[in-house]
Amino acid sequence: MEIREEEFLAPGHRGCAGCGATVGVRLALKALGKNTVAVSATGCLEVITTPYPETAWDIPWIHVAFENAAAVASGVERALKTQGKDAQVVAFAGDGGTADIGLQALSGAMERGHNIIYICYDNEAYMNTGVQRSGATPYGASTTTSPPGKESFGEDKPKKNIPMIMAAHGVPYVATASISYPEDFMKKVQKAKEIDGPAYIHLHQPCTTGWGFDPSKTIELGRLAVETGSWILYEIEDGEFHVTYRPLQRKMVDEYLMAQKRFKHLTEEERERIQHNVDALCTELKI
Amino acid sequence: MVNIGACVKEPGSTRKNKTGSWRTFKPILDKEKCIDCENCVLFCPEGCINKDYDIDYDYCKGCGICAEECPVKAIKMERG
Ligand SMILES: Cc1ncc(C[n+]2csc(CCOP(=O)(O)OP(=O)(O)O)c2C)c(N)n1
Ligand code: SF4
Ligand code: SF4
Ligand code: SF4
Ligand SMILES: [Mg+2]
Repeated sequence: MEIREEEFLAPGHRGCAGCGATVGVRLALKALGKNTVAVSATGCLEVITTPYPETAWDIPWIHVAFENAAAVASGVERALKTQGKDAQVVAFAGDGGTADIGLQALSGAMERGHNIIYICYDNEAYMNTGVQRSGATPYGASTTTSPPGKESFGEDKPKKNIPMIMAAHGVPYVATASISYPEDFMKKVQKAKEIDGPAYIHLHQPCTTGWGFDPSKTIELGRLAVETGSWILYEIEDGEFHVTYRPLQRKMVDEYLMAQKRFKHLTEEERERIQHNVDALCTELKI
Repeated sequence: MVNIGACVKEPGSTRKNKTGSWRTFKPILDKEKCIDCENCVLFCPEGCINKDYDIDYDYCKGCGICAEECPVKAIKMERG
């Protein structure tokens, strides 16, 4: 795979040392190239890349609010089309901005069939405001609004399955990806660009600050998620589902969980329950 | 006066902000050991390793991802 040398996200941004979100954006923009207009929802990525009056973006970029990245992307796409301009519109929104407050705007954009790529960078909580749970927070994770204690053991609901909700819209392209598998991710972004109509990519992105691990381990954590079967890489092209990466030998989920502070409180029984759920899904998908 | 929005006209202007000052540990890359895999280039959150594997210390925050992801341990983290 030919990978562009050019960078479209400048350094000097305010992301934490070891931030996975900026890795995701760098890779996506390398796959898309210069003729791209980006939209962001409110969240870490928006805050760290645009400390007014500076911007890290080397391509046109727009931010309006937390809840409407997909609506803004729809508007930009339609405006460019009306003016006869040909540029790819890509939206980047966090898991909160996607699974929670931005879901109806996203559903509307998918339904209307805009030619946009929507990338959810999923760090599995509201990081920008101090690690509150989102609909995409996984079962068992400790966040400031799902703390372990006498009354609770961490997040008590399973991760909301947004890519499948997107697939149910019947859009031409849906994929999951991870920043730790750059070729797989960039190929998916390129496919999404080639497709006429809406494309949705759900990008798993470890967060050193919110998950509690050393900044040097960001890529390793993303890899452990995939190698343990906790995060599955697949795509759905015109309704056809297929897994794009299968670990040679699936690792135990414990290896992933125990490497992060947000899961440290889990008892053996709770971790076994998580392993059981992962096993069930992986068996179904032959992983 | 209430501003209804703002526009930044200089692309990539965060380059004015030298995040190298955040660094505690410094990655030192040994080009003799390097096998051209590009892992460090792709995974650096700052995009501050160029195609010749020169690290731009003006921006490197010292996260250590490059050292961790180098398959031949060509990058060492040193204090300072
Ligand atoms: C309507 C509205 N409600 C709340 C907020 C405050 N807020 C800003 S960012 C954010 C959380 C973002 O979480 P996520 O989308 O997961 O992105 P992350 O910061 O994790 O990258 C919240 C609650 C807001 N800006 N607008
Ligand atoms: S809190 Fe997480 S997602 Fe936000 S800037 Fe820091 S590392 Fe990146
Ligand atoms: S230590 Fe981190 S910021 Fe510095 S060059 Fe390596 S990956 Fe980039
Ligand atoms: S990760 Fe190591 S081997 Fe690969 S390009 Fe960088 S220095 Fe060279
Ligand atoms: Mg988030």
